[in-house]
Amino acid sequence: MTAAAFYDLDGTLISTNLVHVFAFYARNDQGILQSIKRSAATIAGLPIFMAADGYSRKVFNDIFFKWYKGQSEDRLRYLAEDLFEEVLGPAVYPGTLPLLEKSRNTGLRQVVVTGALDITIQPLLRHLGITEYVANRLEFVDGRATGRLKPPVMASATKASWIRTYSEKEGLSLSDCFAYADSMSDLPMLSVVGHPTATNPDLRLRSTALRHDWPIVRLQ
Amino acid sequence: MSPVLRRKLDPGTVYIGTDSAPRLIHYGEDFWEEDLPVGTRVIYPKPPIQGLPNPRGAIRHAINHPLGCDPLHAQLSPGMKVTIAVDDISLPLPPMITPDTRQTALEVVLELLEDHGVDDIHIVVANSLHRKMTEPEMRRMVGAEIHDAFYPDRYYCHDAEEPDGIVYLGKTEQSEHVRINRRAVESDLVIYININLVPMDGGHKSVTVGLCDYRSLTHHHDPQTIRDSHGYMDPPASELNHKCVRMGAIVDEHMNVFHIETVLNNRMYHDQLDFLGKNEDDFSELDRMKLRATRWSTGKMPRAAKRAFFHNLPSPYELIACYAGKTDPVHEKTLERCFDQYAIKVKGQCDILIVGVPYISPYNVNSILNPLLVQVMGPGYFFNLFRGKPLLRKGGVLILCHPCYDEFDAEIHPSYIEFFHRLLPETRDAFTLREKYEEEFATNPSYIQMYRQGTAYHGAHPFFMWYWGENGRQHVGKIIAAGAENQHVPELLGWDRAETLAEAIANARSYMGRSAEITMLHLPPIMIPEVE
Repeated sequence: MTAAAFYDLDGTLISTNLVHVFAFYARNDQGILQSIKRSAATIAGLPIFMAADGYSRKVFNDIFFKWYKGQSEDRLRYLAEDLFEEVLGPAVYPGTLPLLEKSRNTGLRQVVVTGALDITIQPLLRHLGITEYVANRLEFVDGRATGRLKPPVMASATKASWIRTYSEKEGLSLSDCFAYADSMSDLPMLSVVGHPTATNPDLRLRSTALRHDWPIVRLQ
Repeated sequence: MSPVLRRKLDPGTVYIGTDSAPRLIHYGEDFWEEDLPVGTRVIYPKPPIQGLPNPRGAIRHAINHPLGCDPLHAQLSPGMKVTIAVDDISLPLPPMITPDTRQTALEVVLELLEDHGVDDIHIVVANSLHRKMTEPEMRRMVGAEIHDAFYPDRYYCHDAEEPDGIVYLGKTEQSEHVRINRRAVESDLVIYININLVPMDGGHKSVTVGLCDYRSLTHHHDPQTIRDSHGYMDPPASELNHKCVRMGAIVDEHMNVFHIETVLNNRMYHDQLDFLGKNEDDFSELDRMKLRATRWSTGKMPRAAKRAFFHNLPSPYELIACYAGKTDPVHEKTLERCFDQYAIKVKGQCDILIVGVPYISPYNVNSILNPLLVQVMGPGYFFNLFRGKPLLRKGGVLILCHPCYDEFDAEIHPSYIEFFHRLLPETRDAFTLREKYEEEFATNPSYIQMYRQGTAYHGAHPFFMWYWGENGRQHVGKIIAAGAENQHVPELLGWDRAETLAEAIANARSYMGRSAEITMLHLPPIMIPEVE
């Protein structure tokens, strides 16, 4: 195989985003008080997340992942299956599996490039039949999250850079590769391949896709 | 022979004289009024045949007196599985006023099915690799009552890419593989309700094309088949038709198909625009006022508004015949009636053919006539409007009046954009394009997704559109885009460009000689010249 299809995950193949995942963990925190406290804090933090995401995906990541500080690695892993059953699985768009199947049938390697946390998405990737992926990784010290991400932090230009490096290493032709993403923050990732596809795009990405004559796909 | 005397020879043919009125020529979403050179022959369509006074009665009579099989009621039994397939929005053009003939036929058929205890009924739009229709379009086509009763579970568009949605039926002696919609194949009875606007519609093409998948379609939608087809509107001379007939025989071996074919007249313009179909020499004062009012009002509108305005003007087509039964005897009758409306005797070929390209084609209802579709209309459909031999002499010049704007509908024609801007700059050779790129576009997962979940034409469709012009491209000496507003679109299509029609005619004359015979087809409505 000399080409691949690179997918963003949140908003592209599934309808949830990082905040849904965090809210699930907050809801399922140990102890009722702790759970209520974290859930309330998540809700209170929504405007901050939205503003940060609108400004820069990097700033959003810096703020958002701090909220994981103190979470136990064991518990995050333990709850990952439930997270898939309750949140991520039902959020898979109806068009996702047919798209992956058609893409796989054309001989493209299937690769997920996401800003989500690696420990949270593994059951989902198994469900989608995807084995190759790159995701963000939380830093843990003594089994507890520090609230920081291990580099490289997958967002915006880093995704494009990773795709370039990966393609070079694997001998893939970038001009034959596909990329699917939903957000303007993923513009670099779309721009680096020969077949970019705006998928369930936000308004800004949609107008960019129209300007560049990129296909616009809806998986809802 | 003086121009006046020649004009009297045939009411459908006018020779331009020194006192002739300017001719109206479609120019995209506008019209031109052009003084043509003296001696130019202008060919007009026949007037509309009077519509049947009782369409519902005619349909009921046809299904009770079918050709080649038992009446429909005799084929029904309680509990049987029935699929009704209907033509998609590409027919008729423009969409007709409501009730659409499909609605009338469906109402008759559904009532009969209900009376016989048949309740496992699906209505499938036979859109093949065309775009899927939107819900409002589907509602308009069959009426609110049928739509509400069947949509979306039992009234939907054919999906040529649905996994497990296609069944392999077999192959012809020429190794043409036939693959058809599973629901239709597994039904005890398929009723196909067709609209025959031109002679290339209907017959075996209805099921073999309308309900097939990409692989099955490639046997006849390819450059060689199109080159070997001497006119799409003349079925005996069309290789495309021959292949459909062969593949249709495989369909008939495996499926019980009951065809209901309907023929419409050519009443394309309603009262406010009926002057567009008239001989300009015979315009009344009222016609001139209507023309001025139309030109004034559309002249003030931006192009998108004009486009929306014209796409919202349905045509008052009327049913002139309905036949039902087995494919071949039904289609034979249908073609006869079709030619009664469209065939027009013409004396001799021409050296220069002028055609105005309107805003609509079968592939851009409620959308944009993009450059590839202008090409489909020119060397594709308009060149192929003949029976017997082409109206345009071999090596002649085809002048197309259209702005050739570089505009595409990203939702409906996404793969066209890539085809036009990425492939055509590399080559215009249909065989090379097919060999190198058709598979890539046909299997592009994004385009497949847009076809399946959205309203996009299939990824391979722009290739078929390019092949569609193949026999025209091989036949003509030159194509000139008159009034093209840019240089690059005609250049990519391999055409000359002229600022005005007069410049295009001068260019054509310098190519064909000063004594070149010039003919203008006064389209639309459609006509099919039979050259004597």
